[in-house]
Amino acid sequence: MNDNTIAKAETYPARIAGKLTMGMPLSEYARGLVTPFNVVCAVILSVGLPLIGLRFLRGLATVTHASNEYPWSILLGWGLFSGVPLSATGYVMATAVYIFGFRKYHPLVRLGVLTGFMGYLFAVIYLLIDIGRPWRIYYPMAVSYGPTSVLFLVAWHVSTYLTVQLLEFSPAILEWLNARRTRKWAILITVAMTIAGVILSTLHQSALGALFLMAPGKLHPLWYSAFIPVFFFISSIYAGLCMVIAVSTVASKYLKDKADESFLGSLDGLTVGLGKAACVGMFVYFTLRIIGVAHEDQWALLSTRYGGWFLVEVLLFVLVPFLVLTAGVKRGSARIVRFGAFHALAGVILTRLNISILMFNWNLPGHFQAIVPPLREVFIVLSIIVLHILIFRWILNRMPVLREDPAYPDSH
Amino acid sequence: MDRKGDGKMELKRRDFLRVAALAAGGAAFLGRPADALASPDLSGWPDRAGMLTDLTECVGCRTCESACNAANGLPAPDVPFDEKSVFDRKRRPTASAYTVVNRYEAKGSANPVYRKVQCNHCEEPSCAAACPVRAYTKTPEGPVLYDKDVCFGCRYCMVACPFYAPAYDYESALEPRVVKCTMCHGRIRAGGIPACAGSCPVGAITFGKRKELLKIARDRIRRFPDRYVEQVYGEYEAGGTGWLYLSGVPFPQLDFPDNLPKKPIVENTKGFLSAVPLVFTLWPALLGLCYAANGNKEEKG
Repeated sequence: MNDNTIAKAETYPARIAGKLTMGMPLSEYARGLVTPFNVVCAVILSVGLPLIGLRFLRGLATVTHASNEYPWSILLGWGLFSGVPLSATGYVMATAVYIFGFRKYHPLVRLGVLTGFMGYLFAVIYLLIDIGRPWRIYYPMAVSYGPTSVLFLVAWHVSTYLTVQLLEFSPAILEWLNARRTRKWAILITVAMTIAGVILSTLHQSALGALFLMAPGKLHPLWYSAFIPVFFFISSIYAGLCMVIAVSTVASKYLKDKADESFLGSLDGLTVGLGKAACVGMFVYFTLRIIGVAHEDQWALLSTRYGGWFLVEVLLFVLVPFLVLTAGVKRGSARIVRFGAFHALAGVILTRLNISILMFNWNLPGHFQAIVPPLREVFIVLSIIVLHILIFRWILNRMPVLREDPAYPDSH
Repeated sequence: MDRKGDGKMELKRRDFLRVAALAAGGAAFLGRPADALASPDLSGWPDRAGMLTDLTECVGCRTCESACNAANGLPAPDVPFDEKSVFDRKRRPTASAYTVVNRYEAKGSANPVYRKVQCNHCEEPSCAAACPVRAYTKTPEGPVLYDKDVCFGCRYCMVACPFYAPAYDYESALEPRVVKCTMCHGRIRAGGIPACAGSCPVGAITFGKRKELLKIARDRIRRFPDRYVEQVYGEYEAGGTGWLYLSGVPFPQLDFPDNLPKKPIVENTKGFLSAVPLVFTLWPALLGLCYAANGNKEEKG
């Protein structure tokens, strides 16, 4: 009896501490943190975080290459335009499992939703560093409406989708916190949230492309297309699928002890399945890009220097990874599919950087000098990537994402 | 009685749909303004003002720059206004200069050609259409104005402006603004004329009603066909601009963009914006059907 009361008295703070240190005593947990990877992260952060501080003391000019001609630098080119398609993981996985009924992909849903949520969260963090008055970030939602603007749509959809994804992921958080009753409610809204997620994703993934419809004189004609919203949407689908392959590959390698048998055991098979779906997306996308050139009759431009770069993007970074993925799927080789997925992701990033930075203002004199980012900006981006990875790992270490919580057998 | 009941049901259902649409993220008010606001019908403002710059008259004295600086209380320039060395490189409007004059050694012209650069005050401004917080207004008087009190510094206006007009306060850490020419809106409303036009010693800048300026411009081209190329830049570019130009050499030689659509640039996003309500209504229906179909399949299986 006595022991019991003591145990109860200790329960609450001890439980919280235990949750944070994963059940280890603090000293042991702290010792475990000293790893080569963490040391590299700490070094990058020790340079990057003060630079972020500098941006708020001395202005964007001291840390970015953004200028009057090139208002958007790699903070957005990488953080927003490349980050958001790579975060399409949540809607593709939730739709596949909850709407289309591909139940066997269930072990990957939570990872997909978490990857998506974190991706959007960090896209907003890049944005908060980049925009002039970050404390006004809610202005499009509450203070002054500019509904003729595609960016207004993006602002609304990214913010609501961020909320939707948090709700979609909330069962995992609630299981970690042992909040049984709240979790029941969170599970109930899954399908509604998934449908809301698809709507919002369709619109803002394509809206990110539609933003550039306002820059017809500035974006190179091979990249400027009336189809640009469709390009962005379709490529986000296979980007999401490939990103799930990439993230699950890395997680199964480095966080094996946090994953259960149903995750590890089924991963190779599911990877091939995801690769198959990605193939379909990539094929549609590749065909559309070619039709895009035909539609605007730009064949002649293909023989120019920029045309060469266009062919590099479309052939080496869409067609080739598509063929690699196809080969992997045909042979049922998860290894080849993984290669193809990483290659395809590089292609998605390249496309987005081409449109937002490399091919934007291509006709201005001194273009190539103007787009080279300063080392300071590179370090800011690197340190946000590091933070992204660290927080992601922190969650995967603690919450039931790669595994089922035995206390909640119905969750999968 | 029955009919009345049905009517009520109908109404309720409609209300429910509206609430559902709103809850889904504001479809109702995202969709509507695409047509209502994107393309203001300017025929109601027939007397809107414009400026005509005759580049064949301009002698590059930079008096307009100096007058603009004084009229708008801008900081003193690094290089004084009577210094000609600034012409050695091409400049653009910045956070501390609403207008700049550049010099061009143009082909087919014995003398250098000077070009004044500033916000062109578009008829349907891309900056205004692009702004997610509606910080820009096309005033009935003609000038396009920017409101720093709602701007959060996304700089999409700068991406969308085909003329590279807006500049940004990149040096300011916490209160950066977008900076651009106001066509001296305050002076116009008080019955005056913009500082640059008023100060030009050679009469290269004419202030007036845009429609009158177009007549003047066409008349000059007609009377002096050897002096001008046959184009009034700004008449149609990007849907037309408040600032109009006459030139003796082809405009692309003076860095005027020659790849702009004749219709307002915002037209390019209208199709996309009008598809938004469709996605909001069609997707739930289609996905709901998918979900229902799969639910049945599983029960059977």
